[in-house]
Amino acid sequence: MTGNLVQELLVFMLAVFVGFQLISKVPSVLHTPLMSATNAIHGVIVIGALVVCATAHGPVELTVGAAAVFLGTLNVVGGYVVTDRMLEMFRHNREQPGNRP
Amino acid sequence: MTAFAANLTQGVYIVTILLVIVGIMRLRTPATARSGNLLAAFGMLLALGVTLLYVPLVNWLVMTAMLVLGAGIGTWAARTVKMTAMPQMVALFNGMGGGAAALVALGEALRILLQGAAPPLAVSIPGAFTVLIGAISFAGSMVAFAKLQELIGGRPITFSGQKILHAVLFALLLVAAALAVSGGPLGRETPLIILAVGAAVLGTLVVLPVGGADMPVIISLLNSLTGLAAAATGFVLGNDVLIVAGSLVGASGTILTQLMSRAMNRPISNVLFGAFSSVKQGTDQTVGGEVRATSTEEVATLLAYASRVVIVPGYGLAVARAQQQVRDLMVALEGRGVDVRFGIHPVAGRMPGHMNVLLAEADVPYDRLYEMDAINPEFSRTDVVLVVGANDVTNPAARNNPGSPIYGMPVLEVDRAKVVVVLKRSMAPGFAGIDNPLFLMDQTRMLFGDARTSLTELVTALRDVD
Repeated sequence: MTGNLVQELLVFMLAVFVGFQLISKVPSVLHTPLMSATNAIHGVIVIGALVVCATAHGPVELTVGAAAVFLGTLNVVGGYVVTDRMLEMFRHNREQPGNRP
Repeated sequence: MTAFAANLTQGVYIVTILLVIVGIMRLRTPATARSGNLLAAFGMLLALGVTLLYVPLVNWLVMTAMLVLGAGIGTWAARTVKMTAMPQMVALFNGMGGGAAALVALGEALRILLQGAAPPLAVSIPGAFTVLIGAISFAGSMVAFAKLQELIGGRPITFSGQKILHAVLFALLLVAAALAVSGGPLGRETPLIILAVGAAVLGTLVVLPVGGADMPVIISLLNSLTGLAAAATGFVLGNDVLIVAGSLVGASGTILTQLMSRAMNRPISNVLFGAFSSVKQGTDQTVGGEVRATSTEEVATLLAYASRVVIVPGYGLAVARAQQQVRDLMVALEGRGVDVRFGIHPVAGRMPGHMNVLLAEADVPYDRLYEMDAINPEFSRTDVVLVVGANDVTNPAARNNPGSPIYGMPVLEVDRAKVVVVLKRSMAPGFAGIDNPLFLMDQTRMLFGDARTSLTELVTALRDVD
C-alpha cells in the first residue's frame, strides 16, 4: 500500500478540510447530537477491526482482533442509536404547546 | 482479492463516504438532523457489509459473536441511558472507539511481525501513532466517564510536579514509539506493548486533574483524538473509508473543542493543566449590596403581568430534574399571552448543547430556544428573567470586573432586564467557586429552594393570579 501514500495523504487533507467546513455550520442547539454523531462515525474503526480479526492466526492476534471488533461495534451501534434517540425528541417539537391540563 | 471484489469494495466505500458527509450536512437543522444521522448509519452499514463479504471467513464464529455482542450491549446502553447522563455515555462510546483503534494497530503490527517481516515506515509510523493516541483516548475517556458518573470525585486532583511528570512520560512514550518503528535490541513487539500501556497511563493522568466543569471540553478533545486514531489506522490498512471518516471526526472535534474553549474563555492548555486554582486569589474582593429574598406568590404576580419573560436554565435545572416543570411554567405563561423564551449559554449543562437536548426531551419547542448571541440584545426589552439553576454563565463580573477569574467569558447579560428572579438552593457559589454580584443587584430577587418544588409552586400560584 506504500505506493498509495501520497494519494492517501491527499484524501486525508481533503477530508480534514471538509470536516472543518461541515462542522462550523452546525448551530449550537445541535452540538450534543453532533458530538454524539461524530462519535458514532469514528466507530468506522470496526471495519479495520474486522479485517484484523479475519486475518488473525495465533490466539494472541485473534484475541486482539476480537476485542477490537467488540469495542468498535459497541462504539458504532451505541453511538448511532443514542444520537437517533436524541434527534427524535427534536422532531416532536413542531407541535404547539398549551394543550396540557 | 479479485479485481472485481476490490472495485466493488472501493465503490461501496465511496458511497459510504458520500452518505456520511451528506449526513453531517443534514445535522445543520433540527428538522433534517434525524434523517442525516440515519443516512450516516446506513452508509456505515453498507461499508460493514461489503467488508464482511470479502474478508477470509476462518474466524467467522468469533467475528459474528463479537458483532452480535457489541451491537446488543451498545443498543441496550443507548436506549436505557438517561438524557442527563448523555456526556458520560458519549465518553464511554468514545473510549471504546479509541481502544478499538489501538487494538487494530497492535493486531496488524503483530500479524506482520509474526510473519518475520519488517513493516514499511508508511505502515509502522501511523501504526505507532494509532497505538499512542488510541490508548490515551481509551484511558482518558474511561476516567472522564468515571468522573461524570461520579464513580470517582469530580474535583480537580492536582499535585506539584504534575506537568513535569506528564512531560517526562510523554517523552518516554515518543522513545518507545521510535523504537517500535525502527526496531532495536528489544525487537518491535516489546516497545509497542510498552507504548500502549504507557499511553493508557498518560491518558489517565491527564484527565484526572480536570474538574467536572471542564469535562465537556475534554470529551470533545478525546472525540477528536479517536477520530485521528481511526484515520491513522486507515493508513496502516490502506483503507480510504477509515481515513476519511476518521479525519472528518478529527477535524470536527477540533472545531467543537475550540468553540467550547472560547465559550468558557479558557484556552485549552488552561483546561488541561490549570483548573481554576491558579486565578483564585483575585476573587476575594467584596461586593456591596444585599440579598433580597422573595416568595412564590410575588414571583407569580411578576410573571403574570409581564409581557416578555426569558428563562435561563443551567445544569442545576437538570440536577433537580425540573425540565418538565419549567415546560409547564412556559405553557401556563403562554396561556396568559406572555412571550416566553429560553436563553441558553453554549456550555449550559455538561456538554455543549446539552441543555437543548434536555429541554427537547421535556417537549419545549426548539424555536423557543435562543442562543446567547440571539438573546443578549433582547434582555433590555425583557420584563422578567428567570434564572433556574444557572450561576457562572450569568455573572456580570465577566463583563465589568477585570479582576474576576472569569473576566472576558461571554455571558448571558441578564442584569439588563427590568427584574431578575434567581431560583437557587442557597447562596453557595457556582461550580467555579466564584461570587456572583448579580445576586446582590437592586433588580434581583432570590427565590430559595429546590428548583423543581419552586417551579411547581409557581405554576400553582399562577392560577390564583387574576
